[in-house]
Amino acid sequence: MTDNLLEIRDLAVEYHTDDAVVHAVNGVNLSVKRGETIGLVGETGAGKTTIARSILRILQTPPAKFCGGEILYNGQDIMTLSEREMRKIRGNKIAMIFQDPMTALNPIEKVGFQIAEAIKLHNKITKPEAERRACDMLETVGIPMERYNEYPHQFSGGMKQRVVIAMALACNPELLLADEPTTALDVTIQAQVLEMMQSLREKFGASVVLITHDLGVVADSCDSVAVIYAGEIAEYGTAEHIFDHPAHPYTVGLFNSLPKLNSTERRLKPIKGLMPDPMNLPKGCKFCDRCQNATDRCAEAPPGVVEVSPGHLVKCVLAGRGDA
Amino acid sequence: MSALVESRNLKKYFKTGGGALHAVDDISFTLDEGKTLGVVGESGCGKTTLGRTIIHLLEPTDGQVFFEGTDITKPSKQELITLRENMQIIFQDPYSSLNPRMSVSESITEPLMLQGKLDKQAIRAEVRQLMETVGIAERFENSYPHELDGGRRQRIGIARALALRPKFIVCDEPVSALDVSIQAQIINLMLDLQEERGLAYMFVTHDLSVVKYISDDILVMYLGQMVEKAPSDELFQNPLHPYTKALLSAIPVPDIHNRKKRIIMQGEITSPINPKPGCRFMARCQHVSKECHAPQLQEEASANHFVACCKYKDIL
Amino acid sequence: MQEQKVRKKKSRISEVWRQLKKNKIAVISLWVIVFVVLVAIFAPLLAPYSYEQQDRTDPFAPPSVKHLLGTDKMGRDVFSRLIWGSRQSLQIGAVSTAISAIVGIMIGAIAGYYGGWLDNLLMRLLDIYQSIPMFLLCVTFAAVLGPSLRNAVIAIGISMVPGFARLMRASILSIREMEYVEAAKSINASGGRIIRKHIIPNAISPLIVSITMGVGSSALAGAGLSFIGLGVQPPIPEWGGMISDARSIMRAHGELALYPGICVIITVLAFNLLGDGLRDALDPRLKN
Repeated sequence: MTDNLLEIRDLAVEYHTDDAVVHAVNGVNLSVKRGETIGLVGETGAGKTTIARSILRILQTPPAKFCGGEILYNGQDIMTLSEREMRKIRGNKIAMIFQDPMTALNPIEKVGFQIAEAIKLHNKITKPEAERRACDMLETVGIPMERYNEYPHQFSGGMKQRVVIAMALACNPELLLADEPTTALDVTIQAQVLEMMQSLREKFGASVVLITHDLGVVADSCDSVAVIYAGEIAEYGTAEHIFDHPAHPYTVGLFNSLPKLNSTERRLKPIKGLMPDPMNLPKGCKFCDRCQNATDRCAEAPPGVVEVSPGHLVKCVLAGRGDA
Repeated sequence: MSALVESRNLKKYFKTGGGALHAVDDISFTLDEGKTLGVVGESGCGKTTLGRTIIHLLEPTDGQVFFEGTDITKPSKQELITLRENMQIIFQDPYSSLNPRMSVSESITEPLMLQGKLDKQAIRAEVRQLMETVGIAERFENSYPHELDGGRRQRIGIARALALRPKFIVCDEPVSALDVSIQAQIINLMLDLQEERGLAYMFVTHDLSVVKYISDDILVMYLGQMVEKAPSDELFQNPLHPYTKALLSAIPVPDIHNRKKRIIMQGEITSPINPKPGCRFMARCQHVSKECHAPQLQEEASANHFVACCKYKDIL
Repeated sequence: MQEQKVRKKKSRISEVWRQLKKNKIAVISLWVIVFVVLVAIFAPLLAPYSYEQQDRTDPFAPPSVKHLLGTDKMGRDVFSRLIWGSRQSLQIGAVSTAISAIVGIMIGAIAGYYGGWLDNLLMRLLDIYQSIPMFLLCVTFAAVLGPSLRNAVIAIGISMVPGFARLMRASILSIREMEYVEAAKSINASGGRIIRKHIIPNAISPLIVSITMGVGSSALAGAGLSFIGLGVQPPIPEWGGMISDARSIMRAHGELALYPGICVIITVLAFNLLGDGLRDALDPRLKN
């Protein structure tokens, strides 16, 4: 057994609509070690969610279409599994937390029951046993078990997200996919939920793929980071690599776009332009239209991946030359 | 000289089945020309209602609003028309703030046409000018909102608000729905416009790093009430109210070497329907004592730094 | 950035048509409807015989060159009667839907936009009204006013009002809360202008769909009324009435009920499928 729990190699996903093909994910390579938290950062439409859904194989096909690559989970290619084998993994070994806790819970079932159901589905245990474990899970995420018999609408947004997390963790998964788990929450509640996820990760030892657009959240809880741009990984490395030595012009631009709490400058430095239309991607570097350092070379052919320091991969021809 | 906009003990209650919802409860502030007041708070704290009430999209329940020194709390029809030329609003959601059946130029033309001061030719020229000002290429003038991305839609919303040359704009979370790189573009645009036109903004948001960046003064709201108000830098350096402290400590900072110790709040948010007279933050506060059950008075802790907490001196 | 041409402004109708074209079934349905309408308009030219011309010597004739679909018990040409019958069915469908849509949209718009006690009053009245079964209502109307085409149209039209009123109200309620309506208020748009320019154009899509389907279902209701003798009166042919005529001789000459039945089914289905297609085509968010 390798120490990589999950390995994604050259994953490519497209969406086919009536008139066009959307290139959502274009050759993504990623690996998740045991117990590691990796952050996928990127803007709307960059393909983050598509990657997560591919791992669980819950993309609607069609319109989605896998165009190549493999996803190795414990060394086994998920793409080749039957739907039945997949069901054993989904929710059991790999669990997902969705962005919107309001829609992730069934409004007409008691929350405790929903957690117990999730446990019973994957474990051969009796109903009282499942209920007892559901109670434990509620306590674990900081909800008193007296609220077992309440319905989702009786909970606040942050509490609902806790219930969702309890459900995801109920079967003790090895891998947790968290898709913008705190975006819908207020900052103070976000702080609570992030803190709780951190301590649960330590307790359960699960690996986490944290999808977010918020670099602050990444800085807070990730060991390594992949910056996604137009369906590609622009930059990949440990959190130190990305935050201390960002090498891709897009990553640099992202940091500059953020208003800094201690800065006195009167203007931000935004990235000019927009993300390319995923139906009509440029043939060279995907970022070259918005890049200040772009050369003719960048527009012609896609850049290769440069390893600027061990484990720090950058998809930019200028990377490592000190001028990016 | 009187302030451009002033709110005095403004209240807005909504009737609900369970009683009166105190969305805005006794808010006072002044805002000068060319300045920005940031209004911060979490969802449901009444910050959006405050903005709507100031510009008279909602009728205040009690209190007064002044514009350039005149009381505009109960404007006549004619007064309201002039008022709205001077006070505009930019909305949070660039998807629902534009009529999906109106093209870009139609949306920007509408306020000018309704104003009726310019002829067709002049309106057309003005619309072109506005589009250029907010950075929308002319080729989009016949596009419909759903054909454009969030950033461009928000630019249209800004152009529409600017059309009547207002002096004051309520910005209701104008960048929360946008990606960071686009967000920075829009913030810069708004800062440019402020400098060029001497606009005053009331910037309503839950994003503290943005509000710090753009505001001169910041007003922190909790369940309809003002808990703290101070100049921007002062508030961030020296927060006094326990809620402000928790809020500031909760901001995720994009820096891995500076992982702060967060103040994690416990407890649930109190209901804003028929609240008790005491401090509304009590249920989540670590420093509660007997005095907190009495109404909290505002105190000027230092110059222009107001706080509504009876214990702020003890919890430094 | 490259110099790009100003995008041409596309009219709403051409845009809807572009979307509708993608849906083959809807396009076929549209052609079927156009065909039926043309047949109704040009009935005198198309029908080989008058609808009341009897050939007493030749009842129940089998299909032949002389009578394409044969004759009925009075020796009338079935093919001609089907052609003439399309006029009645379409009239019932179109006119009664128009009545109910106009009245319903007005009630719904008033209730939805003004809200409060007016909304409450109107909606409770409709509640009471709707608790009476639609068909029973038609029967009562037709019985009181006397059976005729005009009265069938009125009866069906009135019975369909609540549906449209509710739909319009719901649609307006959701649009009234949109931020662009607030934006319009903030630039001094009058109440009338807000309803006209901002609310109605956005509220109308679901109504166009249900009006289209309404034509189909009221044509069906008309056939039903004629079938029980409360609609179009003989000798004027109406598909429902024709089925009714064929009832007593169903065993021997089932085809006489079958032909008008097929006409009803095809017409109603075409309207329903077109309505379905329009639903997708009218939604600006579903584009691309």
